[in-house]
Amino acid sequence: MRVKVLYFAALREQLGTSGEDIELPSGVATVAALRSHLVARGGAWQSALAEGRLVRAAVNQDMAKPAAALKTGDEVAFFPPVTGG
Amino acid sequence: MKVSVQAEDFDAGAEIRALSHDPKVGAVASFIGVVREVGMTLEHYPGMTERALQKIVEEARSRWKVTDCTVIHRYGVLQPTDQIVLVVVAGAHRGDAFAACEFIMDYLKTQAPFWKKEAAGWVEARASDDQAAERWK
Repeated sequence: MRVKVLYFAALREQLGTSGEDIELPSGVATVAALRSHLVARGGAWQSALAEGRLVRAAVNQDMAKPAAALKTGDEVAFFPPVTGG
Repeated sequence: MKVSVQAEDFDAGAEIRALSHDPKVGAVASFIGVVREVGMTLEHYPGMTERALQKIVEEARSRWKVTDCTVIHRYGVLQPTDQIVLVVVAGAHRGDAFAACEFIMDYLKTQAPFWKKEAAGWVEARASDDQAAERWK
């Protein structure tokens, strides 16, 4: 399954990219699994997305919990807790 | 109902007057957020930010008797004393208008994808904002 992944704010800077299209291996079908998949890249990915870091996610532009299921074509975003207003 | 995410400044007086013309309206509550002390750059998530604000306004309208709402939030480079955000809520009575206005601000602070970056770095989210949003649950 192929998904579009976006990164914002501090996360975008730490990772050095604002987004990418990723072909997910079978078995990677939730927000949490995608995050782990990215952490496994090591380096900045590991330090920015490691468990314990405060990272929020959205699927198709709605806030999503780690257990949220993914399907092909989804737009997934990872970002720090928001600070608007 | 108007939601706008924009780089340009807004005219709060004009926005408030625009919601005051309905004869059913007896109360118009408004809030303006202003940049304090240091300049910043506000980043957002185009598409999701508008969508999140719409959902917050719809939630407010389902909880309180509100005739109309306006939410304007700016992004980009902002300097001290610049306006950042405007919430205007009109209703028959002040109780609903005040409550809905405060609710929209509290939810916006924790649900709308905006991020502030100052010269010293990215602003950290505050637990007090989470607590403010929690009390409406």
